Amino acid sequence: MAARPHAARRASPTNEPLWVRWALILAGLVFMALFLVLPLLAVFSEALRQGIGAYVQSLQSPDALSAIRLTLLVAAIAVPLNVVFGIAASWAIAKFEFKGKAFLITLIDLPFSVSPVISGLVYVLLFGTGSVLGPWLKSYGIEILFAVPGIVLATIFVTFPFVARELIPLMQDQGTGDEEAALSLGASGWQTFWRVTLPNIKWGLLYGVLLCNARAMGEFGAVAVVSGKIRGQTTTMPLQVEMFYNEYQGTAAFALASLLALLALVTLVLKSALEWRFGDELAATGRGH
Amino acid sequence: MEVRVQNVRKEFDRFPALHDVSLDIVSGELIALLGPSGSGKTTLLRLIAGLERPTAGRIFFGDEDASEKSVQERNIGFVFQHYALFRHMTILENVSFGLKVRPRSTRPPAGEIRRRALELLDLVQLSGLERRYPNQLSGGQRQRVALARALAIEPRVLLLDEPFGALDAQVRRELRKWLREIHERTGHTTIFVTHDQEEALELADRLCVMSQGRIEQVGTPDSVYDSPTSPFVFGFIGESSELAVNVERGDIWLGDRPIGIAAGDNQGPARLFFRPHDIELVEGDAALAGVVASSRRVGGTRRVELELGGAGHRVEIDLPFDHPAGERSRIAFRPKRWQLFPA
Repeated sequence: MAARPHAARRASPTNEPLWVRWALILAGLVFMALFLVLPLLAVFSEALRQGIGAYVQSLQSPDALSAIRLTLLVAAIAVPLNVVFGIAASWAIAKFEFKGKAFLITLIDLPFSVSPVISGLVYVLLFGTGSVLGPWLKSYGIEILFAVPGIVLATIFVTFPFVARELIPLMQDQGTGDEEAALSLGASGWQTFWRVTLPNIKWGLLYGVLLCNARAMGEFGAVAVVSGKIRGQTTTMPLQVEMFYNEYQGTAAFALASLLALLALVTLVLKSALEWRFGDELAATGRGH
Repeated sequence: MEVRVQNVRKEFDRFPALHDVSLDIVSGELIALLGPSGSGKTTLLRLIAGLERPTAGRIFFGDEDASEKSVQERNIGFVFQHYALFRHMTILENVSFGLKVRPRSTRPPAGEIRRRALELLDLVQLSGLERRYPNQLSGGQRQRVALARALAIEPRVLLLDEPFGALDAQVRRELRKWLREIHERTGHTTIFVTHDQEEALELADRLCVMSQGRIEQVGTPDSVYDSPTSPFVFGFIGESSELAVNVERGDIWLGDRPIGIAAGDNQGPARLFFRPHDIELVEGDAALAGVVASSRRVGGTRRVELELGGAGHRVEIDLPFDHPAGERSRIAFRPKRWQLFPA
């Protein structure tokens, strides 16, 4: 460690002339401003164009409120379920040897590699009027498609990998030594999980939950297909933004969009804080997103 | 607590790690499972602990058949090579863990748990560090915490997997002496795994030398060192030199020359083993003789490599460091003690 700065001075692999360095930095900054900062600013300036009063008012319209409520509901169901699933899957994958493990890991990644629209369409095929399941469930009065359950299912599918992806490398890196130690000291399986495994992964888990939640609230494609966009009933925030926009209600659209952007910013800040504070523990997880 | 391992076999995915191993461990002894990597020593330890299930065979703790019991039910203390301390708990919490997770009916009151944990930290000479976290301790200190944690549950048997493997030489020697003292004070039946023969010879009451999933020899350090029962043990424990020889008419022959050592009745090709330091220099022909090929200083003696005869046999012997022999000098010697194994 101590030798590094010295070695860097002697033969730095990035010893470009000053103007090249500045040109590259400038290009990076311009690019970032153009594609990240500008759109973000646009969202907020559009939202506030007619003053703070109109902004607050448009957020209090029944449609906007119902969209916010639905989005929170969907996230409140989908995120915990994916947390349970993610912990279970990564526990199985990291701590046990079994046949078909590689296949399971690939399967977990599936939602990342499939277009969200396809994910939505799969549910339409499964539960639509032409399917076997749909009419059967309907005869018992259970609506999946164009209702909240369908939106929840599609969201779970799309956000499925976030927690598991985060935990698998972390748990694999930690190995089974701590668990074996706990068992040898007389702890039961549950005690080992709650007192040893979970504390070891808590920061990685929180990180996964953050990403999972951001995606659950922001998902558009899959949800658009299954929701049917029934105003005030099955429109989540992203869908409602699009609706407002198509109806030329600029302020309403951007006000709602600004909430989503705010969510993204809060997620980013928390994520950076986690990385800064617990970088060592998170380092084991290969950053993929 | 005595431990009996009876005809235990273990396969991992059909790959045998242990073939039909039997071992009787006496109550209160300190026994070393010694062998090169891949010899099955850690597997045997984990089988005794209950961290692995045997493919066949039984393991007894005293008269009780422990084969089907889980690791929790066996009540053993296990010290892991890389300590496996719980990183989010303080040292005190680590040591108390085993008592805190007991069911309410057998759990001591909180004050009692704390008192016992502190007592153990005192035993391992870590008093005052109970509020630290594992990553604030040195390797040697962590290993002592791991031992205190294992002792806290009053185990019937103490099992240590390469306990000093990750430590530097200096700390190793200190901890070795210290472990011996702890063992004498607490009297636990202790089994430890090591690949370091020096450690095993110094520390253990008995050695169990293993190779390729089998037990080669069990005995006291003296008996294993002085009378190895197989070429493997002779080669693995201590320094050794080996020669391919022939036994004919009661004499040992190297090529076409008798080397002046009487052999038994066995005839035919054999492997002669002796220790480099266990030789005497002689004058005359009826001996092993060769020219010095290389020499280097080892502690207080000089280790010399001799080339014997024209067939390219090379052996190592020890000479006093002030012996005048130089490169290409001719030296004749005879092993004072040796062992013959059929080739």
